[in-house]
Amino acid sequence: MHNKSVAELSRELESGAISSVELTRQLLDRIKREDGAYNSFITVTEEEALADAKAADEQRATGKATPWTGVPFAHKDIFCTRGVRTTCGSKMLENFVPPYDATVTANFRRAGAVCLGKTNMDEFAMGSSTESSYFGATTNPWGEQRVPGGSSGGSAAAVAARLVPAATATDTGGSIRQPAALCGITGLKPTYGRVSRYGMIAFASSLDQGGTMARTAEDNAMMLNVMAGFDPNDSTSVDRIVPDYTASLDEPLKGLRIGLPKEYFSDQLSPAMEEQVRNAVREYEKLGATVKEVSLPDARLAIAAYYVIAPAEASANLSRFDGVRYGYRCEDPKDLMDLYTRTRAEGFGDEVKRRILVGTYALSAGYFDAYYLKAQKVRRLIQQDFISAFREVDVLMSPTSPSPAFRQGEKTNDPVTMYLEDIFTIAVNLAGVPAMSVPAGFVDGLPVGLQIIGDYFSEARLLNAAHQFQQVTDWHQREPQ
Amino acid sequence: MQWDIVIGLEIHVQLATRTKIFSGSSTAYGAEPNTQANAVDLAMPGTLPVPNEQAFRYAVMFGLAVNAEIERRSVFERKNYFYPDLPKGYQTTQLERPIVGPGYVGIDLENGETKRVRIHHAHLEEDAGKSLHEDFHGMTGVDLNRAGTPLIEVVTEPDMNNAAEAVAFARKLHGIVTSLGICDGDMSQGSMRFDVNISLKPKGSDKLGTRTETKNLNSFRFMEQAIAHEVERQMDILEDGGTITQETRLYNGDRDESRSMRTKEEANDYRYFPCPDLLPVEIDEAFIEEARASLPELPDARKARFMEQYGLNDYDASLLASDSRLAAFFEETVKHGKDAKLAANWIQGEFSARLNAEGKSVAQSPVSGKQLGDLVVRIADNTISSAGAKKVFEALWTGENDDVDAIIEAKGLKQVSDTGELEKMVDEVLAEMPDQVAQYQQEEDPKKRKKMLGGFMGPLMKASKGQGNPKLFNEILQKKLG
Repeated sequence: MHNKSVAELSRELESGAISSVELTRQLLDRIKREDGAYNSFITVTEEEALADAKAADEQRATGKATPWTGVPFAHKDIFCTRGVRTTCGSKMLENFVPPYDATVTANFRRAGAVCLGKTNMDEFAMGSSTESSYFGATTNPWGEQRVPGGSSGGSAAAVAARLVPAATATDTGGSIRQPAALCGITGLKPTYGRVSRYGMIAFASSLDQGGTMARTAEDNAMMLNVMAGFDPNDSTSVDRIVPDYTASLDEPLKGLRIGLPKEYFSDQLSPAMEEQVRNAVREYEKLGATVKEVSLPDARLAIAAYYVIAPAEASANLSRFDGVRYGYRCEDPKDLMDLYTRTRAEGFGDEVKRRILVGTYALSAGYFDAYYLKAQKVRRLIQQDFISAFREVDVLMSPTSPSPAFRQGEKTNDPVTMYLEDIFTIAVNLAGVPAMSVPAGFVDGLPVGLQIIGDYFSEARLLNAAHQFQQVTDWHQREPQ
Repeated sequence: MQWDIVIGLEIHVQLATRTKIFSGSSTAYGAEPNTQANAVDLAMPGTLPVPNEQAFRYAVMFGLAVNAEIERRSVFERKNYFYPDLPKGYQTTQLERPIVGPGYVGIDLENGETKRVRIHHAHLEEDAGKSLHEDFHGMTGVDLNRAGTPLIEVVTEPDMNNAAEAVAFARKLHGIVTSLGICDGDMSQGSMRFDVNISLKPKGSDKLGTRTETKNLNSFRFMEQAIAHEVERQMDILEDGGTITQETRLYNGDRDESRSMRTKEEANDYRYFPCPDLLPVEIDEAFIEEARASLPELPDARKARFMEQYGLNDYDASLLASDSRLAAFFEETVKHGKDAKLAANWIQGEFSARLNAEGKSVAQSPVSGKQLGDLVVRIADNTISSAGAKKVFEALWTGENDDVDAIIEAKGLKQVSDTGELEKMVDEVLAEMPDQVAQYQQEEDPKKRKKMLGGFMGPLMKASKGQGNPKLFNEILQKKLG
């Protein structure tokens, strides 16, 4: 049962082959048994899950069910869950229990899905390896001592390890796609504004986007059906019709125009990785797609611009964690300044502090123009690059990450090397376009992800392209041993 | 040495929206601490701001009322600093792209001229909460009810040259925002707060001196005092050969003292940047035209109308038109009392004095415009004397009785205006005072005669038990005495 997809489980719940309570119990047992090895969950909500499963079974019995009624899944611990602690991977929020649901959380609740718990992540989503979590690192199910990627490494590992069929995630610079690639699953970062950010703890507001993780493209489509849409509580969410993302999965790919950005097939990519990606592209050609080389000339500036803009926004977003109203507070502050400095010194981890410092610096008087304004100009250039590219092609394809899962501890002392993990994913966030990572092979027994990038609001086309690929390949079905 | 005083103002105007600028919490004043603060106001993780359209409408109305450009695209920025009553650790405000661009307001000077005070810009922002230092021993309480209340901050050019001009401008702005209905104008509750920038320069010099900013003045009286105080302070320093430090100062109105809050060197680097949670605000022509169409009568237009319609002089019209509630009270009084000049005198005299004495606003007056109008009618038709009218007003104010005629009846204040009866009383009194009559008739100086005439009034009022019409007594006396 743990190997089944959301679509399959939905059908079995509908047919009565299994009840949500049975299914939920099985997966909770599996988490108990196996998650010790991965540490993919920060919090498992057994009691709530069983109660929700029971309610879902009753709902099914009335004949008024959604495809998600009774289907188990997990939330990245960045989405606020009413009554269930939401830590964002930080000591700062170790005991924070929100009195409200994120819009994404509320949407899944309304759909009748059963949340089994909250998954591990890099602290405040800052990282590419899920090693900066206050609750310990998550391990990639594909290799002992291998990182699952990050920041959504807990969600990716939980899905790869078959602890849940699907999990929510967020992506600010690659935090869905890179862990999806490293764990051999399918993940989608939607267009900025497609999914509400309300109740999703902010890292960098202009880049953060909630998205989906599951083993199949079809399941990603089912998730997006629940998550996407305008939210009056998020002024940056976009009021635009939400299609049924599962409806177009089966459309043929004949005539699909694929562009390969030459900047993403550079010498930073190992020949072994490149071979896997090119093999995948050849599969698309067999499906009737055409392929041409394109250019994203300013993509090389993406990391530099990102590491100004994201920390700048984060430095302000994280100011609210001051020990005054909620969250961690230092012991016996002697005055206000002591309360602030010790609360934040003790409550935040190193990577978070590093980014707050970088962001504060970039916004400071005398540096603002050279850093923040310049980075915003670069951002516009990068947006233009994508807009130009999508005049020529329908989708762009590239590797998701420069290499497969690296070893735990390998990059933790070298932030810049760690930042380069996102070299192929970051430009997408700066432009705000949607992108997926789809399992596309293995190097040294570790999964490789194919990144598919689309034009604004082309999620249906991306999911269709991924789904068609998954009809002729089985990389996404491979199970870690 | 002679000095020129240069004054510019920054005014925070709390907008009278029902809910906050970025959340659905109520903005009502005076609730229990922290009962009007929701997850957004508390800056709980993941919460996001949603702009309140009404705040933009009010800002646009304000802009139109002060002859300003409305910026079609305005941008919210984050002003970063840590303080316990600032939940997000930044204030959402506008800097580079404010919603209201340059404009101006005319103020009436004492010499009868009108002076134009330019407005540099006005921007929308959120108010902070309140830190309560008094009620918690050794600790500070934080009340976030006010956090997120919409404000417009109005910034003037340094166009005012003395305290009277600054106060005139402040009063004018108060009249404008209350007339627009975008602010309740209640300064004691902080609905309008003034920061005053003051500098001095040698008379005639065109080079501005170093300025100080005195913050958070919440009454016109304190503002006037604070300016006088600061001008004197700066003058003393300059005349002793010293230099002014650019700084922010706090003025204590009860003690007429000020102290430095922070100098320029200690000023924060606020690290402003555009707020990524809020899209730029696009204001279209239709929105502006809708706001324009909804503009009520403003003080300048109202003043002109009062002069035209009621025959008031410049001074009375200006005063009564300055405040929309006072103006409405005046018009209600005239509606029932007919005599506009008499109504104006009563409102500016007895009525305003009583309000001030009890610290009440027009809205809190126990006497209605209709009641005062009824009273005016009885004064105008000579039913009561002005002394009697004061007694009626007192009874209305204290709530002893709410009907003017009933009070007049009950208190026996009706004056005798029957000339036959009055003439009889005059004859009797004059007969008892032959010496004074003779003296009067011998006197040639009209001034002295007038004074002597008054000497007969006391006995006459006594004879009439206070009910004789003094005006008629006067006429009869003059006739009889020749």
